[in-house]
Amino acid sequence: MGYTLVYLSLIVLIPLATLVVKTAELSPGELWALATSRRAIASYQVTFGASLVAALVNAAFGTAIAWALVRYRFPGRALVDAIVDVPFALPTAVSGLALTAVFAPTGWIGRWLAPLGIQAVFTPLGITLALIFIGLPFVVRTVQPVLEDLEAEVEEAAAVLGATRWQTLTRIIVPALTPALLTGFALAFARAIGEYGSVVFISGNKQFETEITPLLIMTRLEQFDYAGATALALVMLIVSFAMLLAINGLGAWARRRAGHA
Amino acid sequence: MTIEVRGLTKHFGAFAALDHVSLDVPGGGLVALLGPSGSGKTTLLRILAGLERPDAGTARIDGVDLASQSARQRNVGLVFQHYALFRHLDVYENIAFALRVRRRPRAEVDARVRELLALIQLETFERRLPAQLSGGQRQRVALARALAARPRVLLLDEPFGALDAQVRAELRGWLRRLHDEIHLTTVFVTHDQDEAFEVADRVVVMNRGRVEQIGSPAEVFEQPANDFVMRFLGHVNVLDAELGDGRARIGEVTLAIGGHNGDTRGRVYIRPHDVELTRTPADGAVAAHVVRVTPLSGGLKVDLAVPAIGSRLRCDLDWKRGTALGLRDGDDVFLSLHRARVFATDHGAAS
Repeated sequence: MGYTLVYLSLIVLIPLATLVVKTAELSPGELWALATSRRAIASYQVTFGASLVAALVNAAFGTAIAWALVRYRFPGRALVDAIVDVPFALPTAVSGLALTAVFAPTGWIGRWLAPLGIQAVFTPLGITLALIFIGLPFVVRTVQPVLEDLEAEVEEAAAVLGATRWQTLTRIIVPALTPALLTGFALAFARAIGEYGSVVFISGNKQFETEITPLLIMTRLEQFDYAGATALALVMLIVSFAMLLAINGLGAWARRRAGHA
Repeated sequence: MTIEVRGLTKHFGAFAALDHVSLDVPGGGLVALLGPSGSGKTTLLRILAGLERPDAGTARIDGVDLASQSARQRNVGLVFQHYALFRHLDVYENIAFALRVRRRPRAEVDARVRELLALIQLETFERRLPAQLSGGQRQRVALARALAARPRVLLLDEPFGALDAQVRAELRGWLRRLHDEIHLTTVFVTHDQDEAFEVADRVVVMNRGRVEQIGSPAEVFEQPANDFVMRFLGHVNVLDAELGDGRARIGEVTLAIGGHNGDTRGRVYIRPHDVELTRTPADGAVAAHVVRVTPLSGGLKVDLAVPAIGSRLRCDLDWKRGTALGLRDGDDVFLSLHRARVFATDHGAAS
């Protein structure tokens, strides 16, 4: 217990406390002004908007991938299962470079998008794509075990009891998955909010357009504007903390609701 | 509702799960499919439920061929070994499921669910989730769920297999009483002989995808059709013998036998309770040495060394007889063998 607390303090709590102490050097008025500047607000919009869209997309497609991995035996299944973890393992800067190359107007995918008038690189779309990429494993890896746990027998029971495929899906499968899906969604969302490395290359970092909050913090630091940086950092800290609470709350709710038989 | 199965065959790859199985379940009857794992009993049940398709053969309920109906349309009740309850739904909603998907009026659903809650004696548990119930309670909920839409037949797949011995015995008795109340045509899969005998009117003994024997519990136990049934239903002493003239010679002992197959050598089967022990030599009795006496729930199990037949035998005694004899390890006794059997088709070492 004692060791855990010491460790936790050194690694997590003390740096966070420093952040709070640092912002305390500012008056509340100054803090508010820095945290709600026009540029800051625009960066929040980009960050949270893109993160939300990315997390929603991941919730849908991550579930589909988890479903395929659990329910179907196809050649290369083990490979696909391993590839899901790539965004976890890859240094984010590498992901960023790769995504930029692929979605650039001359890139493998970008060249097909360009004639359609879709530009991914240096737009919020590019940011969203990068956030989808890094958030995918969170949804797959939280939904997968729950799906594995949901025996095929339960679906057979529903069919024998007279349920159509659709009724089985909406009344049995989706409700059973919802808690895990919410958790996966929240994790992907939280990760996306804090993402920096994979986004900076593809976003182009245009002020008021594609500048994400973590990047704005970097910019402030480079300008030796420590107060401005910490004000933004505090906003991020509060949001992350709220997300964490929400995730834990969802987890507890999930355990209560879908209690293991 | 009668069930009529004719020539049902099902292969999984090269494995024949069912090999031309035919049987009838009379309306209101309770039939047990009894056999070791891999004997095809669960496959037969799953075909009846519509969860597997047979390769050949037909199954009818009340004369209607099931092949034309999907699992959903058959309206059969199915209870799984591992309950397969809907975890995110409480007891009430689990039971109500079959009625909800049929879009029955709320009042009707409520009345039926309450009736079933009373039947399974879980009225105060309606808002519990399956995870908050014991194994026995879960299985009763699964049964109520299966009964909710008033199925034509009830199918139970090893329903008590995951429960501990005491709960299992309790639920058996309860299921039998329930069946006597509602008279629903029921097929019950089990590998447990006691369970099959206690619950069912008729027992279908299955082995390797085939039906070995169909009969009442007393029939299959007293008159086993072949050596498989003999071996599968309880312990049996198996002795190599020379055969001829309606007699079997086992070492120095000669016995009258039933069911002689014309072979000159074969196996003789004697149930442990057909081995009679005495303290004094009776007519035709053979000397034996008590190796070990083990008390069992119903009496005593006595392991005997019998020099005259060059083999060991097991003898089961009821408590009364066991106490009267006052047997101890190492005692010398005399035994007589009754009802020795030989089978026309011997599967040999098959067990």
